[in-house]
Amino acid sequence: MASEPLASESSVSDDASPPERAAVLPKVATGIDGFDAITFGGLPKGRPSLVCGAAGCGKTLFATTFLVNGATRFDEPGVFMSFEERAEDLVANVASLGYDLDGLVAQGKLAIDHVRVERSEIEETGEYDLEGLFIRLGFAVDSIGAKRVVLDTIETLFAGFSDETVLRAELRRLFGWIKDRGLTAIITGERGDGQLTRQGMEEYVSDCVVLLDNRVEDQITTRRLRVVKYRGSAHGTNEYPFLIDAEGISVLPVTSADLDYRIAEGFISTGIPGLDAMLDPGGFHRGTSILISGEAGTGKTMITASMIDAACARAERCMAFVFEESGDQITRNARSIGLDLARHVESGLLRFEAARPSLYGLEMHLARMHRDIDRFDPALVVIDPLSALRGPPAELQATMVRMIDMLKSRGITAVFTSLREDGEIDQGSAIGVSSLMDAWIKLLNVEANGERARTLYVIKARGMRHSNQLREFTMSSEGIALVDAYIGPAGVLTGTARVVQEAAEAAAALRRAQESRRRQREAVRRRQSLERQIDELRANLEAVEEEEAVLLSEDEMREAVLASERRTLATRRGGTK
Amino acid sequence: MSGGAIPGGGAGGRTRLRLYVAGTSPRSTRSIESVRRLCEHRLGGACDLEVVDIYQQSALAGADGVVAAPTLVRLSPLPARRIAGDLSDERRVIDGLGLDVLPMDSGAAPREAVGGGAGEH
Repeated sequence: MASEPLASESSVSDDASPPERAAVLPKVATGIDGFDAITFGGLPKGRPSLVCGAAGCGKTLFATTFLVNGATRFDEPGVFMSFEERAEDLVANVASLGYDLDGLVAQGKLAIDHVRVERSEIEETGEYDLEGLFIRLGFAVDSIGAKRVVLDTIETLFAGFSDETVLRAELRRLFGWIKDRGLTAIITGERGDGQLTRQGMEEYVSDCVVLLDNRVEDQITTRRLRVVKYRGSAHGTNEYPFLIDAEGISVLPVTSADLDYRIAEGFISTGIPGLDAMLDPGGFHRGTSILISGEAGTGKTMITASMIDAACARAERCMAFVFEESGDQITRNARSIGLDLARHVESGLLRFEAARPSLYGLEMHLARMHRDIDRFDPALVVIDPLSALRGPPAELQATMVRMIDMLKSRGITAVFTSLREDGEIDQGSAIGVSSLMDAWIKLLNVEANGERARTLYVIKARGMRHSNQLREFTMSSEGIALVDAYIGPAGVLTGTARVVQEAAEAAAALRRAQESRRRQREAVRRRQSLERQIDELRANLEAVEEEEAVLLSEDEMREAVLASERRTLATRRGGTK
Repeated sequence: MSGGAIPGGGAGGRTRLRLYVAGTSPRSTRSIESVRRLCEHRLGGACDLEVVDIYQQSALAGADGVVAAPTLVRLSPLPARRIAGDLSDERRVIDGLGLDVLPMDSGAAPREAVGGGAGEH
């Protein structure tokens, strides 16, 4: 582009553009979930790719899926040239995946050619080539107009023919021929010592090499896939777990490392009014991860059942991965607290995925969840219990992180339960998932006075104010209800103790009230008696005053009498004055 | 396997051979000549030889499980045996196909080695 203005360099720019275009290597989608994502489009178009791995790791299945998807989804007929399995065996083997090879053959979308090579039946003398193979392949390709070819496992030829020089030359010619014909091919190869395949097929097939692996750790196998090499294209370089089950083969790119996912807005109710009330916005943030921890029998599963019921009632899809009970059992148990989960299952809003934790390795669990979640597209995912997943600590931690990331990046609200009270997931190691969780509700059975009471409290809830109070809850046929716990000077009391304490307090209050009334009465009485005394004294006072007055008047009278007597005397003595 | 001795092919233990070649390359011609010579000199003409060009009859080649070219197939007596290459080494062809042959020297003397096994030499 930049060189275009210079007319003299037009030829240069012409030369430059084809490689630029070629940089986007034409690719052919395999239709295998995830594989096309990690290879950014699939296998290189019109070239042979090598799929190698040890026995039983899914090479043939990978190749068959490539052909079947080509025939059914991409309108690209394919030829399966088998050097090991007979056509009937192949058809039978993949029928379990729902692949109808016979049907595809009948429709002319697939051709299966079994090339039988047995050392005991083939003697060699003098020069030869593998023209017979070329012609058969060419014949099969032409008969249905094939665009895809699988050679499984061409290395078998090395067992049938002893002249390696001839074979190697012929294989080189074969792969060249495939390229010339523009066929997208998968060559499978058995894993060999020190190299990817026994016969070093990687030398010939240099465009794309995919390694399949089936490792056993702690008696649990995990299938993994790695793109060893992809000439001319970027590709995911990690080992990705992949699944083979009734749904076919799926590869799961589950190693997202970034935290820049968008946040889902809004709040979701837990279906328990009391719990909602403990959270300031009236529920949990949508798209967060919530941990519900508590010992056995604290009601974890029933709380999650409430949340599921609430979500389904909002017409949101829910998916529950349960590791310790079957979906039916949870449905039945939930009925005891008045939740009818069965109707959600029937309406297709709720799906239980029950599996024993030991059924797969961690990677496989994660991979399976990944796939199921992608297909079901739930708004709420429940993992019950998280602590059931076992594995080496480092791997466990990584798996959890990826699981949470995977859910968060999709804006899915995730509810995890954990048997461990302290939020650890593994006994004897310090793997804490609690820090990865946005909210953490702890359930505690308080044991006192010969009974247990269920309590819960919110340890944390990122991004919201929440109650710090310990609350008691009850489970009845009306559902889960939160009760105000008794918090007083004697500590936190729950259950009957709370009731007893409340009664005791009521009695004490009554007593206090009676006492108070009694004292009031007494005070009144004392006051009355004092008043009576005051009255008496006042009466006395009055009496004294009266007497005083009498005495005073008597004195005055006497004085008057005396005075008059004196005057009378004086008059008598002196005459008149 | 005692298959070699069983006259599964049919009357008189007649050997049926089919030679697959790829076109008319020198190698094809060479192998056709080798087999013809073998039939005449070592089997005393007691064999039917069919030459098939895999380019023209690829379905037949597929049915016979032919991978390499040229390939000589012994159709009878059963079981079928295959030998790949230009068949230049007559000894190995005979051993490989388990054919009952006439002694090397007395090309004319007929039907002497019928009872004996191939590996008697």
